[in-house]
Parts: sequence; C-alpha cells; structure tokens
Amino acid sequence: MADRAHAETPALRVQFDTAEQQKDASTLGMWIFLITEIMFFGGLFLVYTVYRSIYPGVFAHASSSLNEVIGAINTAVLLCSSFTMVLAVRAAQLGQRKAIVIFLILTLVLGFVFLGVKAYEWNEKFVEHHVPGPTFHFEGLPAGDQGPAQLFFSLYFAMTGLHAFHMVIGAGILMVLIWQAKKGRYSADYMTPVDLGGLYWHFVDIIWIYLFPLLYLIDRHLLK
Amino acid sequence: MTNHVDSVKTYTIIWIILLIGTAVTTVVAHVDLGPFSVVVALAIAACKTLLVALFFMHIRHSSRLTKLVVAGGLLWLGILLLLTMADFVSRGWLRGLRN
Repeated sequence: MADRAHAETPALRVQFDTAEQQKDASTLGMWIFLITEIMFFGGLFLVYTVYRSIYPGVFAHASSSLNEVIGAINTAVLLCSSFTMVLAVRAAQLGQRKAIVIFLILTLVLGFVFLGVKAYEWNEKFVEHHVPGPTFHFEGLPAGDQGPAQLFFSLYFAMTGLHAFHMVIGAGILMVLIWQAKKGRYSADYMTPVDLGGLYWHFVDIIWIYLFPLLYLIDRHLLK
Repeated sequence: MTNHVDSVKTYTIIWIILLIGTAVTTVVAHVDLGPFSVVVALAIAACKTLLVALFFMHIRHSSRLTKLVVAGGLLWLGILLLLTMADFVSRGWLRGLRN
C-alpha cells in the first residue's frame, strides 16, 4: 500500500492533495449532475414550446384557468426557502452548528408548504375535470379544441409533477442534512453536503422560476 | 475555491429582488405587449436565474472549471432548443417549394 501523504478526514480523503481540491471536485461533480437535470427538464420545455407555438390561443385559455395568485404565492414560498437554504449554507461556512439546523428546518417547512399548496391546486384540477383523460372537459372551448387543451394540462401535470418529485427528493436530502447537522457532523472545515444540498435546492427553485410564467401567465391580457 | 462567505445583507437584497421580480412578472402578464409578453416573461425569469446562480449557488466564487462546465451545459441546452425549433419552424417551407 502506498504511503498516505496525510491522515484521512471527511474534509480530506486520501485521494486528494488538499481540502480545496476535494471541495472543487465535489462542486464540479454536483454541477455536472445538475447539467444533466437541466437537459432532462429541457426536453419538456422543448415539447411545451412546440405545442404552444401550434396552439397559442388554446394554451392561453387553458393557462388562464390556473390560479395565478396561488401560483405567485407559491413562487414566493419557494424563493423564501432558497433564502433560508443559502443562510443554512452560510451558517455551515461559519461553523454555527445550531443555526445550520434551524435554517435547514425552516427550508424543509417552506418546502412542505409549497408541496401542500401544489396538492391543493392539483385537487382543484380533478374537481374541475381538467385532468387529461376520458372525463376531461374544458368549458368555453369548442370540441375541436378539447384535444389541444388536454395537451396543455398534460404538460402542466408532467412539468409540475416532475418538479414536485424533485421537491420530495430535496425534502429527503434536507432531512438527512438536518439529522447529520444535529449530530454536529458539519463544521467550517467540512460542510460539503450542506453546500451541495443547497445547489440542488436552488436548482429546483430555478426550474419553478420558469414554470410559473410559462404555465400560469400565458397572455393573460387576452382574456380580460 | 476559497471559502468565501457572503454577508446576510447581500443575500437579503438578492432575496427581495427575486420577490419583486415575481410580482413584476405576474403584473406584466396582464399588460398587452403582443408577441413580447413571452419575451418579457422569459427575460425576467433569466434575470432571476442569474441572481440565484451567481449569489445563492456561489457561481461568482466558483472555480473557472465549474463556470466553464455550467456555460457548456447551457450551450447544449441552447443547441437542443434552437436546432429543434429551427427544424420545426422551417418544415413547411420545403413543402411550399415542391408544389
């Protein structure tokens, strides 16, 4: 076995020369993962763009049936959770162990608020028969436009659903981070998991920053 | 990457700008801007993304390699969207030539 150049710690594994090199490698790896996620969502945004360009009128109609006030409030909730997340990362950088836990819990709570509001909105769609399927019916549109309206709601459920799925995973990550932070695993020297968890959480936030105007706010002025 | 710590004040300012951006995008959707509605909505979203990425995701303190990877990823996203849309938009043109 080769001589170890240094004693192994979580902040400095044997295969790295310096803690800084290890941190850079972790950050880079996380970003490459996030790029694959961007391409994953990118495909859905592409499908959305194609169909919206074919059926701009129907998409505007269908979009206007979504509650923009609830959508905007939920966007604000998510932005607040990103703010508490970045404060958790900052607390970790400074080695403030109690503050890490508090800010992570706040982030988790806001994440659940977002998911709760989302569940309420989805439930409304079921009540209104706006869920694609045999019982789908969108009031005020001719029979020929029911298909394109279903397309809009298919995209709505696929995109917000995939986003919510990412939120659930993010909540799981937060719970592990809270548990580990409570045990005092993170310090100013080693806080990479908090940092990378933060990157993931902000990424999910960015996806919603696009979903909100693209799904909720299509040409609202046309239908006043 | 040096372990650069931003101030709470910086984060608070960014957070407030993001909330204002959300309010603006909601209000602007009710103004008739014709085809520019979607352009304005996407421009606001892009500004918000930039703020989140630069400040909350610490891109401005990240290594050059990380910045390059992020830019490269966005380039591929651009290829995905632009080339597909170029194909989709121009399909009818050929049919017109044949007839």
